[in-house]
Amino acid sequence: MQPDHRSKTNTLGYDSLDRAAVGENTQQFITFTLGAEEYGIDIMVVREIKGWTATTMIPNAPAHVRGVINLRGVIVPIFDLRARFNMGLTVTTAMHVVIIVATGTRTIGLLVDTVSDIISVDPKAIRQVPELGLPAQDQFIDGLVALEDRMVTLVSLTGLFDSHVREPAARNVPDQTAATMAA
Amino acid sequence: MARKILAVDDSKTMRDMVTFTLRQAGFDVMEAADGQKALDAMNGSKFDLIITDINMPVMDGITLIKNVRTGTSHRGVPILILTTESDDAKKAAGKSAGATGWLVKPFNPDKLVELVNRVCP
Amino acid sequence: MSLTADQDTLAQFRKTYFEECTELLDALQSNLDLLTNGGADEETLHAIFRSVHSIKGGAGAFGFTALVCFSHVFESLLDAIRERKVEANPEVVGLLLRASDALTDIVNAARGGRTLAADFGADIAAMMEDALGSASEPGPASDAPIAAETKVPGEHRYQILFNPHAELLKKANEPLLLIRQLRRLGGLRVDVDTSRLPPLDRIEPEGAYLGWRFTLDTGVPKSVVHEVFEFVEDDCELTIEAERPATSVAAPEAAIAADDAELSVKPVELAAAAPSQSIRVDVDKVDRLVNLVGELVITQAMLTEQSSLLPPDQYTVLIQGIEALAQSARELQESVMAIRAQPVKSVFARMPRVVRDLAATLGKEVRIVTAGETTEIDKTVIEQLNDPLTHMIRNALDHGIEDPATRTAAGKARQGTIRLSAAQRSGRIIIEIADDGRGINREKVLAKAQQRGLVPAGAALSEEEIDNLIFLPAFSTADVVSNISGRGVGMDVVKRNVQALGGRISVQSRFGEGSRFTLSLPLTLAVLDGMVVSVAKETFIIPLTAIIESLRPRANDIHPVVGRGEVLALRGEYVPLIPLYRCFSISGAIKDPCRGIVIIVQSEHAGRIGVMVDDLIGQQQVVVKSLESNYGSVEGVGGATILGNGRVALILDIERLRIADQPASNPLAATGEAASIVSTVSREETHHAA
Repeated sequence: MQPDHRSKTNTLGYDSLDRAAVGENTQQFITFTLGAEEYGIDIMVVREIKGWTATTMIPNAPAHVRGVINLRGVIVPIFDLRARFNMGLTVTTAMHVVIIVATGTRTIGLLVDTVSDIISVDPKAIRQVPELGLPAQDQFIDGLVALEDRMVTLVSLTGLFDSHVREPAARNVPDQTAATMAA
Repeated sequence: MARKILAVDDSKTMRDMVTFTLRQAGFDVMEAADGQKALDAMNGSKFDLIITDINMPVMDGITLIKNVRTGTSHRGVPILILTTESDDAKKAAGKSAGATGWLVKPFNPDKLVELVNRVCP
Repeated sequence: MSLTADQDTLAQFRKTYFEECTELLDALQSNLDLLTNGGADEETLHAIFRSVHSIKGGAGAFGFTALVCFSHVFESLLDAIRERKVEANPEVVGLLLRASDALTDIVNAARGGRTLAADFGADIAAMMEDALGSASEPGPASDAPIAAETKVPGEHRYQILFNPHAELLKKANEPLLLIRQLRRLGGLRVDVDTSRLPPLDRIEPEGAYLGWRFTLDTGVPKSVVHEVFEFVEDDCELTIEAERPATSVAAPEAAIAADDAELSVKPVELAAAAPSQSIRVDVDKVDRLVNLVGELVITQAMLTEQSSLLPPDQYTVLIQGIEALAQSARELQESVMAIRAQPVKSVFARMPRVVRDLAATLGKEVRIVTAGETTEIDKTVIEQLNDPLTHMIRNALDHGIEDPATRTAAGKARQGTIRLSAAQRSGRIIIEIADDGRGINREKVLAKAQQRGLVPAGAALSEEEIDNLIFLPAFSTADVVSNISGRGVGMDVVKRNVQALGGRISVQSRFGEGSRFTLSLPLTLAVLDGMVVSVAKETFIIPLTAIIESLRPRANDIHPVVGRGEVLALRGEYVPLIPLYRCFSISGAIKDPCRGIVIIVQSEHAGRIGVMVDDLIGQQQVVVKSLESNYGSVEGVGGATILGNGRVALILDIERLRIADQPASNPLAATGEAASIVSTVSREETHHAA
């Protein structure tokens, strides 16, 4: 209903995945890029993927909070992951991508460069992050996984919902999940 | 400003239920246990609506209505009578004495509120 | 059809009812004894009648059928006796005594939830009916069945002639109210007949001279129309005639295609024939409905805006249709909101108990006073209010209200008072918890805050800012070891609970006199009349209810004030100027007030302020969406909305605008949650050596 013409909305519902290809104990991640680096996020929390659209700014917010958008009637904040990782502010174009994630009580959007793939990972293959001496990033990382030719950094959800956005509390406010879940 | 209602009935249960129902709906409610006490209450306060039972000691509902309609302070105030289904004669008497409307006991709370809103918006 | 009371709401009166039954049965017994001994007079007979009459009345309300049936016969006999239709000879009196005993047994069975034998008391009932002589009245049974009127689908047109007599007015019946009721049934055309109106000097103030002719287009059957006049039919001339189904509809019909919903505007169809019932509905369904209505309102607002750009003469019907749509949308929204809204009473009702229990444990004397229990809030919010309210009241009892000895020594009444109130103000629900206890010890609070490094030394905080320090998280709960609150429910938890509901909490306090906590909660689906303003490329909404006026100031009306920015001289008053671009750090905006627009707004706590913006765009009705749900609270912002173009616009929170506008040098102007910096000092610690 919102005349947001440029959104390329792609809903990845869990059910639409080919279960046959997924083994017993695998975890699936959607991978995305920030510059040359590749990251992954648990597919279970991803609600949809859309193109970058102009946001409405939030006053006096930290730099990585790019503003809010209207997602079918729900106000969703967009976080610039690159900025969150202290790697600079993303210079946005229409080709940039926003990954909408939800934890059941809170829905947010993550601004990334591109979305690459869906990978299935054996949890045993996930390596814990050694102390890289990069405190700003540690809290965001759940682990690393090595694929054939590259390393994928798995992003932590709890780390993303940090103090700037308050702790998600159990709520039944209607105007957020209902519309979002209708994706 | 909340409307003020005077609920008159010799049965405490009835008074409680009417008062509760109407308070929940946002009205101010005062109670009286018989017609005389109702008149006394009207001397002290101005009500926007009177709801009364018919069968009461000391002064019954019909007499109360007659007094109100010939008095000065509450002459033009709507009066609702609570009657039981089989009380046709009493209902007629209430009507001719000047009752604005009636509600049958046992009453449905929603209906009571609807009726009150109808005659006393 | 016996209308039984809604079991849920009135069940609480059962206890009262049975207590009353006991009294009534006792009185019945005594009076019957009098009757037996020959000491009864006419009043006794009436009293005996009333006892049984009252028992029957209540029985009907609670659905005790056996009791109703028996008492009905009993009552009929007693009625006949007091009217001298039946003689109260010894035989009859003996019967009455046995009936009274049976009645007592039936009442006791109902009280204990036991079922008696189906024929219990039947013999006595039969004898009473015999005593009544001719065919006894039918039991408390069905009302006369409603004349089977098949509701003809579609529209009817009724021609109604209504000439009230003076009697009608004397009974406080009001033609205007009747007209309004008719209007609720459908499209109504009203023609008044003034032919009987005498010249002014001959008019009797209580006379009835007007008559009316109504033409009503509605889908309801004639009986429903007739019902509107049920109370007055004896006091007027009334004819209701149905015509052929109406061909034209009273309100303009406009088909508007919205995304999913196809909406056509029709007169409201009233199912008034059915008795009011309630149905259980899944909360999810209601939620979905609420969301859809919200979407609808947004679309309608957009249409209204667009239609205002059309040349009126060329698009008359369309414009009218959109106006009608706006009206329907508004009513629809009110109805939908009403579905989910419930009085706060259910939550408030639990508090006196909390107070009693805790006061007893603490050895304090405290009473609680409530007000505004009928204020309605969304159901889900109500359920979640319980915890924060309980915590705050416990805190008030624990740390606020002093023990009786201390209070007396301080010249206060022994008994402390907690006042809990709810009210609706400007589209929000305001809940206040006030106590007349110790109040907040600001020195201690500030000291603690500085000690924790949460407030830099030397920072100048207003009294209110210090008070609100107690909400700071991480201060906390580990410190608040209260033997009562146990885990120590810190105020930060309360604040989080409240914010999770999309609300705000603040505190005001006077040391030695008490504290008042104010919760401000949004109505879930709130619609706001707002003024759309622009600052650089950003758009904001200011609630219309707060706006007093807007103007472009002249240079000599602006005065700088040391340490406080600028003020605007306005008719003898000095109004602080708050440039929105500065508040919100927006670049590219107009900085000179004389080239922008200043909107004078009235806030509750901060007096009048002048909000400076670049431009006024226009007025619009907007649907308030939560910013807190997915992001959090932002100082100065009270919510968000979606404009007709699909973009999000933030709604200003006038109350907090001044706080948001702290100069950058002020340490309190941090990022994110700007002013909620304040250390949480446990109130216990601050009140400690009181």
